[in-house]
Formats: sequence, structure tokens, C-alpha cells
Amino acid sequence: MLSRTADHLYWMARYIERAENLARMLEVNYRMSLLPQAPEIIEQGWAATLAIIGLLDAFKERYSVVTPANALAFLALDRDNPASIYSCMRAARENARAVRGTLTSEIWETLNSTWLELRAAGAVSEAEMGNFFEWVKHRAHLARGVIQGTMLQDEAWHFIWLGTYLERGDSTARILDVKYHLLLPSGEKAGSATDYYQWSALLHSVSAFEIYRRVYRDLITPRRVAELFVLRDDMPRSLRRCMSEVYLHLRAVSNAQSAETERRAGELQAALHFGRIENIFAMGLHEFLVQFLGRTRDLGERISRDFLVSAAD
Amino acid sequence: MRPIPYDEMYAADGSVRPHYRVFASWLAETPAEHVARKRAEADTLFHRVGITFAVHGEEAGTERLIPFDIVPRIIPAAEWSRLAAGLKQRVRALNAFINDIYHDQEILRAGRIPGEQVLCNPQYRPEMQGIDVPGSIYAHIAGVDVVRAGEGEFYVLEDNLRVPSGVSYMLEDRRMMMRLFPELFARQSIAPVEHYPDLLLENLRSVAPPGVNDPTVVLLTPGAYNSAYFEHAFLAQQMGIELVEGQDLFVDGQFVYMRTTRGPQRVDVIYRRIDDDFLDPLVFRPDSMLGIPGLLTSYRAGRVTIANAIGTGVADDKSIYPYVPEMIRFYLGEEPLLANVPTYVLRRKEDFEYALSHLHELVVKEVHGAGGYGMLIGPNATQAELAAFRERIRRFPERYIAQPTLALSACPTFVESGIAPRHIDLRPFVLSGRDVTLVPGGLTRVALREGSLVVNSSQGGGTKDTWVLEQ
Repeated sequence: MLSRTADHLYWMARYIERAENLARMLEVNYRMSLLPQAPEIIEQGWAATLAIIGLLDAFKERYSVVTPANALAFLALDRDNPASIYSCMRAARENARAVRGTLTSEIWETLNSTWLELRAAGAVSEAEMGNFFEWVKHRAHLARGVIQGTMLQDEAWHFIWLGTYLERGDSTARILDVKYHLLLPSGEKAGSATDYYQWSALLHSVSAFEIYRRVYRDLITPRRVAELFVLRDDMPRSLRRCMSEVYLHLRAVSNAQSAETERRAGELQAALHFGRIENIFAMGLHEFLVQFLGRTRDLGERISRDFLVSAAD
Repeated sequence: MRPIPYDEMYAADGSVRPHYRVFASWLAETPAEHVARKRAEADTLFHRVGITFAVHGEEAGTERLIPFDIVPRIIPAAEWSRLAAGLKQRVRALNAFINDIYHDQEILRAGRIPGEQVLCNPQYRPEMQGIDVPGSIYAHIAGVDVVRAGEGEFYVLEDNLRVPSGVSYMLEDRRMMMRLFPELFARQSIAPVEHYPDLLLENLRSVAPPGVNDPTVVLLTPGAYNSAYFEHAFLAQQMGIELVEGQDLFVDGQFVYMRTTRGPQRVDVIYRRIDDDFLDPLVFRPDSMLGIPGLLTSYRAGRVTIANAIGTGVADDKSIYPYVPEMIRFYLGEEPLLANVPTYVLRRKEDFEYALSHLHELVVKEVHGAGGYGMLIGPNATQAELAAFRERIRRFPERYIAQPTLALSACPTFVESGIAPRHIDLRPFVLSGRDVTLVPGGLTRVALREGSLVVNSSQGGGTKDTWVLEQ
């Protein structure tokens, strides 16, 4: 298929996934900020979120103070912030529009009507934010469902899932990093009621609260939460699951120049496959996640070079 | 306002014409609320599907719907078969003309068309001189604009031989009508048009360079911000071919390749929706970002087919238009089946003087204009507009032609006040390859403003489904 087409599909998928994960991240923050706590802590939480997605500087150019209302406005519906949910949805739709001939009409109509609804929505009040995040997640579920349910499983399909899982792995790592940081300033002690709600909010943000209960049938402990996020193969948003999918779809589109990229993806997948949470904690979870984000960034760059911007002239 | 001379649905005595009877009785018995609901549904569907076009002069990326009207334009079988024969004849002659102009120029030597009219025309491409193209076909796709002035009285208004658009609306309008009012299609036999993309693909494959057995066909678009992008994407999808931009193609050793995720892949036929000027920056406009450097070299070497061919504009220019009946006689030895609109070519002195003194009765068009821009409709113009045009014509008579204001036929159309007659035209799409074919019907455009004769979508025109009845 055309390199440009693959590029648009890959980015369409990344932007859909990014919009959803941003909604998840904002939702968990919003939930946490509703818990009884000092305003500085709430502010700290939002500042950390902005920092982990690399937008703290851009935010500070626009707003003098970090408040939940400012942060939500900036990250959810700000049309001038290229990383807002609004802009991600627009970018997903624009990428789809550029290759609408490659998509089934149902996929295109889904993305187009998502965009038309969002554009017509206008401002969302703080009270309606929860519903808005639900809506974003639903539209992303719908998009993936339509892709899964209507599309020929050809190269185009593999590039869509490659983008989806690379983005998802990246996002899960960020969500875990920002919260883990805040939640565990002092080692591994947790147990208060506030802690409980914080951890369960984190699990909810990746739809893993019920999963946790089913898998561990026990108290929520930071170590197990981290294990679930990082190493569980059957957890659909874990780093390991995401990297297994990335490796799989990368193999399916393999070309003459992509061997090294495949090797690196395989190496990362194997590290997660055979990794142990004790070793990760010994290294430091934050350090581990930073390293992981570096490796996914490297994979993203290599995928672009190998497939999406073809050099052969 | 001039009276409407011919109403497609009603005869002069107010009775419903026979070919509209089924529709008229359906309309009479269907509750108005049902029809209103279906019309609203059509709007929603068109928006969701994203059947939009961009408008010149508006912010990049602005998309608008072309208004769709649910009253079909119906053509009886016998009338269509005459029309179709006339269209095929005309396009055959036009292809023969272009082939002749780029080879021996016999028609010029025979003195049937003044040579400078052709050779000094900016649409004449000297680069094409002496080049053989597969099947000697140049205008593979023609969108011929036809209007009706009276019973059985059709005129060709324009032969669009460069990159005619609108066929996607023909297909989507039909799909919409079948979705909204399936009962209408059960009550009578309406000729299908849905196979157009198949015919088009077959046609494009048939003109591949000699020796290519399983040709790769692509559709070349200027990109997502082009006003007809929806149509480009739609046709590529319907034909199952790649929709490419200039940046996706490159020329190497006379062959054209596209950049794919698995490396370069040969391209044999390019269905281009980009004007000649932008195709190859090495030969035409050097600032073109839309084209493919070296494309013309490959084309001249016969390694790739471009459809429509480069240089077809020489045959659909408004200053060449008056000579098409002559071409039909010269190349085919036949009398034209379809009439031209009488045309005054203002570079001719006597035509110029006639036009100047009858400006208020005439339609004046720029020779190289398109899309309904830069034209004057005499009877509707103010004194100031007439004076301004008179001045322009005096300064550049060679840039204009004039035609009598045709009394275009009208078709009942939903407007704010209910159903009222509005002027329409028809653009059938004629395909030339191994054969000359066309699907029954075409795109009917309707001028939604009362009394307006301008049907172009860029000027607020709408579209209707076109039904050719099968006997």
C-alpha cells in the first residue's frame, strides 16, 4: 500500500487512542481531585499530569495558575491546544479523510459523526465532564469496534493496530508513572482510606478495577497494581499486552528494511514477557517507565522511517 | 422574469406528462410530513457520509453540502436513446479532432477551422505534437453539459474534456433516492447507474500502454483540500484503486512508480484529476507542488497512460465549441444529432457588433472561464453590469463568446414556499476506450434561486437524481 496511506492510517489510530487515553487520564485526575485533600495536592496532581504529557510549559503560557477548571479546559476542548482531546479527534478525522477510500464507509462515518458531534458540542461544564469523558471513550470503542468488525484484515488493518497499541502502551506507562509518583512519595506503604480511593481511581482509569479484583482477589497493593499495568499478558491495556500486539503487527507488515525495528520490538516484548516485578521495583518503577517510554519513542521513529516516509527514489 | 417554456413534469395545459405520472401520483398520495421527514433525513445522511465540496474563496478546509432535491428529473426511454446517440457521436468526433490536431492537422489544412484559432490557443500543448496515445483516445471521460429548451429540443452547452467532475453526485443521489423512497423504484423500471465505476475502471484498463497485461491504475488527486476531493476518494474506493497525490509518485528510468510500504511499485494508468498545468513541474508550471517531475518524459515514451490525455483542453475551449458540428461532419461524415447553441465569437467583427448591440438579450462567457464565474446573463443584469461588461468586451473581444439566452427547461423542485419550477441542466458522462459508453442518465443540476439560470454548485446550485425510464 502507499506509504502515505499507511502513515495516515497509523496516525488516525494513534489519535483515536490518544484522545481516549487523555480522557482516561483526565477522568482519574478529576475523580482524585474530588477526594477530601489540600488544594496544593490537587494542584500538584494536575501539574504532574501536564508535565507527564509534556504540556506544562504550553499550559503556563496560557494560564497563570493550575486549577482543575483551567487544566480541564486546556486539555479537553481547547481548540488551540494541538494536544487537547478536541484536537486529537480532529486530527483522527483529518487523517481518516485523507485516506477515506481505504476505510470502509462505516469507519469513515463513525469518525466523521464523532467529529461533527464534538464540533457542535461547544463548552462542557465541569459537572458534565464525567459524561464527556464517557462519551470520548465510547466513541473510541465504537471506532475500534467498527474497524474490527468491517475492515479487511490487510496491511492497512495492521498499520491501524500498530498505531493503536504503540500509543496505548505509551499512554498506560504515562498514566502509571504520574500516579505512582504522586501516590508513593514514601516507599511502599499504603492503606489509608484516601490511598484506597486513589489506587482504585487509578485502576478505574484503565478500566482495570474489576480485573484487579478478579486476578488478585485481595487488597489493593501498589506492587500488584504495577504488576497488572506492566506485566500481565491478559490485561488489554498493560505494557506487555501492547508490546506483544506491536510486535505481532510489525511482523505482519515486515519489509526489506524493517529487520532491526522488528528485533527491537521483539526485544522489548521479551523483556516484558520474562520480566519480574521485584526486579522492576529494585530498579525503580519510575526509572523503568522512563526507559520504556524511550524505547517506544525509538520504535515510533523507526516505524516512520521504515514504512511511512518511503525514501526510495 | 421570462415565462418558463418547458416544464419537465407538466405539459402546457397543466396535465402531468406521461413519464412523470407514476411519480406524480406517488407525490399526491404521500403525506407531506412523510416527505418532509425524508428530506431532513437526506440532509443528515449526506452530512454524515461527508458528501461535501470546498468552496473557492472560503477558508481552506471549509466543507459544504450541495443541496439535494428529491424530485427526480425523468427522461423517457426514446428521448434518452436519441440523446445518447448524439453524445457518443459528439465525443467520437472530439477525440478524432484532438488526435488530428496533435498529428497531421488535416482539418486545419482543409480550412474547416482557422488554424490560429487552434494553434494559438493556450490550451494547445505543443508537447503533445506527434505523440501516439493508446487507441488514439484523448478524452477518456467527457462530461457533456446538455440543456433542453423544448420538446425533444436539446442543446449541448459545453463539452468538458479536461477533468469533468460530478459523477459521484450522480451515484450518491441515486443511492440516496433508493434508500429514502424504495417504493418508487418498485413501481417503475428505472435504468441503473451504479455500474459506472466498473465501466470506468474497465475503460481505464483498456487504454494501458501496449504490452501491459494486468495494468495498475491509480487516481491522482491534488489532495484533501481540493473542492472535488470527496469525488476523488469515492471513485478510487469504488474502483478499488489507490488514491495518490503527486508526492506518492516518482519517475525512474522512464517508468512511473508509487511509493509503497513494500518499496516502489509500477503504475501504468493515471486517472488524473489535476489540470495539465500542474502535472509536471519540469515542463509546465515549475511551482507546482501537486505534480510529478519527469512525468511527461515517461508519457512521451509511452510508458504510462494519462487519462484524460494532456492537451484535451484544445477541444473544449469555448472558442472551439462553435466548430464541433463541423468536426462531426469532417471526421465521421455524419450530420450532428445534437445541436450546438448558436454562438457569437466576439473576435469576429460582425459577431462582436451584434453582441454589443444585443447585450441585454445574451449570455456572455469568458472563453477560458469555468464554474459559472465571470459570466454575464444579459436579461438579468443591471444597467451598471451591462456597462461594465460592454467595456470589458471592447478591451478584450477575443476573451469572450456570446449566446442567446436559452429558455432552459424547468423541473418542479422543493423550495421554501413548497414545490416550484426551477431551471435544470444535465451532465451525462461519456466514456471512451475500446468503445464509447455511457450509463443512462447523468448529473442533473438545478438552479435553486427563482429565475436563475446558473446551476453550478459553486454558485448555489443543487442536484437531483436523474431517471432514465426503461421501456
